[in-house]
Amino acid sequence: MLKAILSQIVSLYRIFVHLFAKADTVQYPEEMPYLAPRYRGRIVLTRDPDGNERCVACNLCAVACPVDCIALQKTEDEHGRWYPEFFRINFSRCIMCGMCEEACPTYSIQLTPDFEMCEYDRQNMVYEKEHLLISGQGKYPGYSFYNVAGKAIKDKDKGEGLNEAQPIDMKSLLP
Amino acid sequence: MEELTIFLVIYGTLLGAFAVAAVLVWFERRLLGFWQDRLGPNRVGPFGIGLALADVIKLLAKEDWIPPFADRLVFIFAPTAVVITMLLGFAVVPYTEHLFIADLNIGLLFFLGMTSLAVYSVLLGGLGSHNKYALLGGLRAAAQMVSYEVFMGLSLMGVVMISGSFSLVDIVNTQAENGWFVISQFFGFMVFLVAGIAESHRLPFDLPEAEHELIAGFHTEYSGMKFGLFMLGEYLSLILISSMITTIFFGGWLGPSFLPDAVLDFVPPIFWFFAKTGTGICFFILLRAAIPRPRYDQLMSFGWKILLPLTLVNLLITGAVLLWL
Repeated sequence: MLKAILSQIVSLYRIFVHLFAKADTVQYPEEMPYLAPRYRGRIVLTRDPDGNERCVACNLCAVACPVDCIALQKTEDEHGRWYPEFFRINFSRCIMCGMCEEACPTYSIQLTPDFEMCEYDRQNMVYEKEHLLISGQGKYPGYSFYNVAGKAIKDKDKGEGLNEAQPIDMKSLLP
Repeated sequence: MEELTIFLVIYGTLLGAFAVAAVLVWFERRLLGFWQDRLGPNRVGPFGIGLALADVIKLLAKEDWIPPFADRLVFIFAPTAVVITMLLGFAVVPYTEHLFIADLNIGLLFFLGMTSLAVYSVLLGGLGSHNKYALLGGLRAAAQMVSYEVFMGLSLMGVVMISGSFSLVDIVNTQAENGWFVISQFFGFMVFLVAGIAESHRLPFDLPEAEHELIAGFHTEYSGMKFGLFMLGEYLSLILISSMITTIFFGGWLGPSFLPDAVLDFVPPIFWFFAKTGTGICFFILLRAAIPRPRYDQLMSFGWKILLPLTLVNLLITGAVLLWL
């Protein structure tokens, strides 16, 4: 019986000293919680190291999206480089799952650790390409899709990419 | 002049009790937060104290719905019972030697009577709601409160025997000569502490109103200001029990005697009263933060099988010491 009373008093003391422990609360919005770079927040479109946009309008992200919130249309520039004419994400539908980032072959579309996207008007939640395109390379620096792809664009002919072999002349008699 | 003082004390007590109960809502949640390694409410107003006002406005603005199947008169009367009895209990609390509303020569008995009447609120609340869970909660609450009242009175009898009077001012004056009763009547103090918490049905004895038990116990059907009155009654009973413990066991308005006389003369006695009552309230909030809730049958057997014999033994020993020493 005395042990029971003593155990209550010990628990009273133990809880009392928590008064001097630091609180675990992160006082948002004055303090921000730490978010890892792989945190699935706001979506951005990135550029490659030369400053051209990475997106090649392949539609893989639109196909992968489980809620169909991405809409885009391909167009080509005068040298044959594909790029999206418009690129629209409806953030009231987006569930931040990251499927588009996994599907993208050029590391163009990426999810960033930013979640503060509240709006009063639902129409303001539809982001166009000028809202999504950033001037940096995002989470994957140094990668340029067109450098390793086989397509011929401005400044690069077929056979001049990284790790690319020269095209074979099929009609010559040499091995 | 006498009438003016009494008038001021009455209204001061009334307003003070309501103000302290409202601030206690915020204070309790803040303290609970500190003891649970988090911050309590700290957004509205400086240090979050605007929460008191926000809670009051919320309770006033809520829809005051009376269930159509409930017993109207009983349903409306139940929350008022606890507030009325607890406010009346404040009438005998002496703040200093000359500052009180009434120095009844049966002051202690009056206080015990008022806390007994507070059982009606729980009982009638459970009955009048016409709801199985409220009825069960009210039943358990009434049984708990009545059984803990038995030794609440008995534990104070040791104090009454030593001081020779039921008047609270006389009890504090006796402590000025004989030392605080917390030392000479330690077991009486422990039992009264436990019984006091059970009377105001706070943790760890809050089975009637625990969130995990029976939805919300006897106040399931209550909303708006009636629920506010129940909460007000609970906080008022907390303040009242704390004041009573201060008065009866910790020497009321007396400062600690080991302090030098210069300090004791400089500090007004009402400061000691408020400091001790405040410490008591903080201790009750610590009890809420730290102690787990016992099961109902464990609670009842603890009361009847352990505390009642302890009280009777304490009474026996006190009587023996007074008679033969």
